Amino acid sequence: MRSQRVIESFVGLFIIAAFSALVILAFKISGLTSFFKEKGYTVIAYFDDIGGLKLRAPIKVGGVVIGEVTSIALDPASFKAVIKMHIYKKYNDIPSDSSASILTAGLLGDNYIELTPMYSPAVLKEGSVIEYTHSAMILERLIGQFLFRVGGGQGSSEAAADQSAVGNQTGGRNEKN
Amino acid sequence: MFNYIPIVGQYGIENIRQFGKAGMLLFRSVFRIPHFRKGLPLVIQQVYAEGFLSLLIILVSSLFIGMVLALQGYHTLSKFGAAQQLGPLVALSVTRELGPVVTAILFAGRAGSAVTAEIALMKATEQLSSMEMMAVDPLQRVIAPRFWGGFISNPLLTMIFNVTAVYGAYLVGVQWLGLESGVFWSNMQSAVEFRADVCNGLIKSLVFGAMVAWIAVHQGYRAKPTSAGIASATTRTVVHSALAVLGLDFVLTTMMIGGW
Amino acid sequence: MNNFVEIHQLSFSYNSNKPVFKGINIEIPRGKVTTIMGPSGTGKTTLLRLIGGQNQPTQGQVLVDGQEVSSLSSSELYRLRKKMGLLFQSGGLFTHISVFENVAFPLREHTKLPESMIRSLVLMRLEMVGLRGARDLLPHELSGGMARRVALARAIALDPKLMMYDEPLTGQDPITRGVLTQLIRTLNDNLGLTSIVVSHDVREMLSISDYIYVISGGEVIGQGTPASINKSASPQVKQFIEGFPDGPVPFHYPALSLQEDFIAYV
Repeated sequence: MRSQRVIESFVGLFIIAAFSALVILAFKISGLTSFFKEKGYTVIAYFDDIGGLKLRAPIKVGGVVIGEVTSIALDPASFKAVIKMHIYKKYNDIPSDSSASILTAGLLGDNYIELTPMYSPAVLKEGSVIEYTHSAMILERLIGQFLFRVGGGQGSSEAAADQSAVGNQTGGRNEKN
Repeated sequence: MFNYIPIVGQYGIENIRQFGKAGMLLFRSVFRIPHFRKGLPLVIQQVYAEGFLSLLIILVSSLFIGMVLALQGYHTLSKFGAAQQLGPLVALSVTRELGPVVTAILFAGRAGSAVTAEIALMKATEQLSSMEMMAVDPLQRVIAPRFWGGFISNPLLTMIFNVTAVYGAYLVGVQWLGLESGVFWSNMQSAVEFRADVCNGLIKSLVFGAMVAWIAVHQGYRAKPTSAGIASATTRTVVHSALAVLGLDFVLTTMMIGGW
Repeated sequence: MNNFVEIHQLSFSYNSNKPVFKGINIEIPRGKVTTIMGPSGTGKTTLLRLIGGQNQPTQGQVLVDGQEVSSLSSSELYRLRKKMGLLFQSGGLFTHISVFENVAFPLREHTKLPESMIRSLVLMRLEMVGLRGARDLLPHELSGGMARRVALARAIALDPKLMMYDEPLTGQDPITRGVLTQLIRTLNDNLGLTSIVVSHDVREMLSISDYIYVISGGEVIGQGTPASINKSASPQVKQFIEGFPDGPVPFHYPALSLQEDFIAYV
């Protein structure tokens, strides 16, 4: 049995190695920038469809992360999605009429919120509500619209003819009157 | 055929009794007011014996696991043109699952079996009895330090495992297969979350460490004092620990995936 | 109190099928060497465990120095155990530390004596058993007899009042037997101990004991001074003392008659 001193030194080395491993895990592998939640303010936005937006999804302006999504809920009155966003304190001069859109990172990546700043002199602060929002682009709807346009290409000219026919009729009636 | 029903029942009751005995053992040795001056050197000795001396197998295993993960991952991901996701693949697999589970099972095999054999042998050669007759509580002096040694060592070993595995993947992915180092690390950093992945993995390793240490200590204490008894106790430690770790892993993962 | 240990109507069994003791009475007088003899498997070691409080009697009382052992709280029991020394059959030395450390163990655990005093006490104990020069050896480097002597030194480290020996001579060569036998007697007299020896080494024990109990089948079948035991008329005691292969304890295990096994078996 080694002497107590030697054992204690080895155990000390072991513990130091493990904690350095933890530090490496924290900073190099998970990219932890700060341990505590950065101070900031909460902003609310309503969306028709949030697509695949998840909690802690980033909020970006011009591609730079300025905050994260902190809560996703459903407004029982209007059935719109209520998103609460936590914006870091230093970004405190975003115009209050900026619009929020839900975009996709890359082609098949996760959703995030992009704020597009506008011109108002007033700025977003704690509890502000964003007026203009664009919902997420749902791939299925996009494909549906595309199919409708392509497939209904001839259909739409017939539809246009019908429309004008209806218009003539109503116009005709008007003329008669 | 009906003869077997009471046997099954007896088997079940015996198992429940054993579980109760294990619980009582844990309660009597661990849930006590700690005497730091006398107890701490003993715990440090056990952290050395169980943790430090397991470093070799942990380091080698984790290095190879990381390297193999990277090889296989690259091979499959590049078919989808997603070779850049190798970093996240390895880091997430390791920190969330492989790190805690493989470390715990290796720990059970190396340190758990050693602890069981040691305690069982001390019981067979009447060392524990003579300690009792000398008015020294063997639960405090022999059992408790080995439990705490395991509880402390397992998370430490897990953290080292995680880092070495990722480093092994880096060696294979970047140095050998030619991925871009910057892309490797930055993709990994954006995919791995400290609280959700690293910390949850750490919590798992704490739970696994307690479980493995508890099983090892109990099997040693309850072993039959013959050479056959010691051998079967040691194998039981490894098998029960492995099963317990895998079962607990499933339970913990379901709790964690849902977001606590 | 004249008797250090008194056992009244003790009954004990490990499981309900086989009783180990059926209402026995034993008195161990102070300052004397009392030997408890009997055939193997009659529970002599169990008796020591009952005296030491490691097992509880199913019925009856075990009184040590006036205290009923089974009714003590664990802290009182530990205090009582410091007054007892027990020499196990296998010695029970801690295998990972040296002879010196083994003997010093109880001193380090139970006293706050400075290291120099501990050293002196340990060396004195080792001197008593004749192993002062072996202080730095590890247990696996000792012969069986030496290990028992070290265990004995450890058992008397705290100056107990009661010393119990569990089959101390079993399996030892004649010289070691002589050494240990003499040690039991001299330690008892020089240190003013009360000694209980559990053994079936008739010749040696008859030479040093003050009183003898013979136990068989869970009962006391004979007791007395060595002289009276030697001249005992009881056939069971006689068979045990003289070592007759056949007698009240039969040679043949119960079996079918010779006719049935050899002749009728065709």
